[in-house]
Amino acid sequence: MFCWGAKAKSLNAVGFPNARDWNPTEEDWKLPENWQEIFLEGMRERLSKYRSFRLFMDICVRCGACADKCHFFIGTGDPKNMPVLRAELLRSVYRRYFTKAGKMFGKLAGARDLDLKVLKELWYYAFQCTECRRCSVFCPYGIDTAEITIIVRELLNLLGLNIQWTMGPVADCYMKGNHLGIEPHTMVNIFETMCDDIETLTGIKITPSFNRKGAEILFVTPSGDFFADPGTYTCMGYLMLFHELGLDYTWSTYAAEGGNFGFFTSNEMAKRLNSKIYAEAKRLGVKWILGGECGHMWRVMNQYMDTWNGPADFLEVPKSPVTGTVFENARSTRMTHIIEFTADLIRHGKLKLDPRRNDHLKVTFHDSCNTSRAMGIFEEPRYVIKSVCNHFYEMPDGTTREQTFCCGSGSGFNAGENMELRLRGGLPRANAVKYVRDKYDVNMLANICAIDRAALTTSMNYWNPGMGVTGVHELVANALIMTGEKKRETNMRGDPLDMPVEEPEAEAGAAAPADKAAGGKANV
Amino acid sequence: MPTIDFQGKQIELDEDGYLVNLGDWTPDLATHLATGDGMTLTESHWEVINFLRDYYAKYQIAPMIKILVKEIAKSMGPEKGNTKYLYELYPAGPAKQACRYAGLPKPTGCV
Ligand code: SF4
Ligand code: SF4
Repeated sequence: MFCWGAKAKSLNAVGFPNARDWNPTEEDWKLPENWQEIFLEGMRERLSKYRSFRLFMDICVRCGACADKCHFFIGTGDPKNMPVLRAELLRSVYRRYFTKAGKMFGKLAGARDLDLKVLKELWYYAFQCTECRRCSVFCPYGIDTAEITIIVRELLNLLGLNIQWTMGPVADCYMKGNHLGIEPHTMVNIFETMCDDIETLTGIKITPSFNRKGAEILFVTPSGDFFADPGTYTCMGYLMLFHELGLDYTWSTYAAEGGNFGFFTSNEMAKRLNSKIYAEAKRLGVKWILGGECGHMWRVMNQYMDTWNGPADFLEVPKSPVTGTVFENARSTRMTHIIEFTADLIRHGKLKLDPRRNDHLKVTFHDSCNTSRAMGIFEEPRYVIKSVCNHFYEMPDGTTREQTFCCGSGSGFNAGENMELRLRGGLPRANAVKYVRDKYDVNMLANICAIDRAALTTSMNYWNPGMGVTGVHELVANALIMTGEKKRETNMRGDPLDMPVEEPEAEAGAAAPADKAAGGKANV
Repeated sequence: MPTIDFQGKQIELDEDGYLVNLGDWTPDLATHLATGDGMTLTESHWEVINFLRDYYAKYQIAPMIKILVKEIAKSMGPEKGNTKYLYELYPAGPAKQACRYAGLPKPTGCV
């Protein structure tokens, strides 16, 4: 269970070392002759640079609290997928080369020589950890195994041992502005198509702007949102919402990616990709940045951006032009998550909503690892969903909020060749979804992450066939009553609406029930 | 990387059977790849392949499904403009299977 090795052309595009085509199933991984030296030197450097790394190498007491918390351990039963043993793969090398006991007593002190077999094992298990950090929630010492995986991947990267499913997007994002390699004119073509669909649905013509200097807000979202279903419906939701608000904003074809697969290769690469968003904000002269429904993008923003590329003090602290709310939590990054922005709109009664248009759905919400554990975004998505849908059900405790289960394909694992691992890793989440499906007839799994929209679609097709997957702003768009819109016959996906027969005056007074809904919920 | 010997030429494929060099593509090669999967390419199949190639030449990426569906509806009638029809033609998925025969690379990222 693994992804194909990174290709020479992708590694070359960003100047990564040991660029060559290689195949993990072959004996020879085409490593540089002094690979061991490179690895250990890299380790030495990082031990002195990151105090957390040294600490995590030293303090684990092997209590086992983390052991059964990893979705990959639950799904594969492979002991080396217990977080404690995953970390032990590197710890044994650490002991051998960086501790006195290990240097003197070797095996007796739990130390291992770094040979080819050990290196391959490190590779195999570093790419069976989605860096989701669920295990860290349960560790009494606060050891974050994801951070250890991040370091292992950095070290492997020094030897050119990455996977193509992350390297391809990294190279494309660096060269073309987004993970998928969508060219500027292609992006415009795609948006025209989406706007045509919006016009068919609502009768309203939207013409978004690209690379517009002097706009108040730069909007950045993962490119998956404007390429793959069901993300496209969420993207259309953004377009409709911003149009209805009359927001002074622009898209960019240069910073056309909110996600950051660089983060799955090395911190340095993540920094390079992240800096593009800020360079573009500066070039366009916007006041602040609004970001779409993404997971890991927000981990990067919230936990790393400020030290890497911040402070972004050439921008203003994000302030909603509609409600006047200042997003204090984004004071240094100057970038706000759209779910906070929309929750604030609803809270102030600024949107006309008809939640009955989502009555065909029974919705549950999957907390993304990164927005929950790295940002604490728990209430906003639930508040928005409950404002636009009448039927919402929570999955069982222990599988949501900070204890949420990974989708199974995070951190760049979404490759076709990796299907077995993805489905196994997706099992715990799917199991919780099955619970609410059986109990409440839930038929729609909402989330605020583009990887989720892709990964959960696959996982649900296998584990819970018939379960839909949606971004929250698709649900918002279903319910959003736009000024001058025609009567909606279908939802965003073109499926007929399952709604009570409208009263005759509904056309003129369409806002009335929605006003009540929006106003009523705003007091929650 | 695997290569196939086709009409006296060595053609490089990636691990999933996609062409490495897009310039290697010929209609015969598409037929050959399909035959390898036990498939016969009919006119309807070619309609999709030709559109994919035209779109790629213009936009340097495979079209998103939405665009493909619309295009098929335009040229073959609205009753065929849906994903179900495309899956009937290409059971392994229009994006994956048809792109492979059309000689296009597969998109990677949050898809
Ligand atoms: S919970 Fe923490 S201390 Fe206990 S085994 Fe896991 S990593 Fe080590
Ligand atoms: S970070 Fe997530 S995937 Fe990695 S070991 Fe911990 S629980 Fe498992």
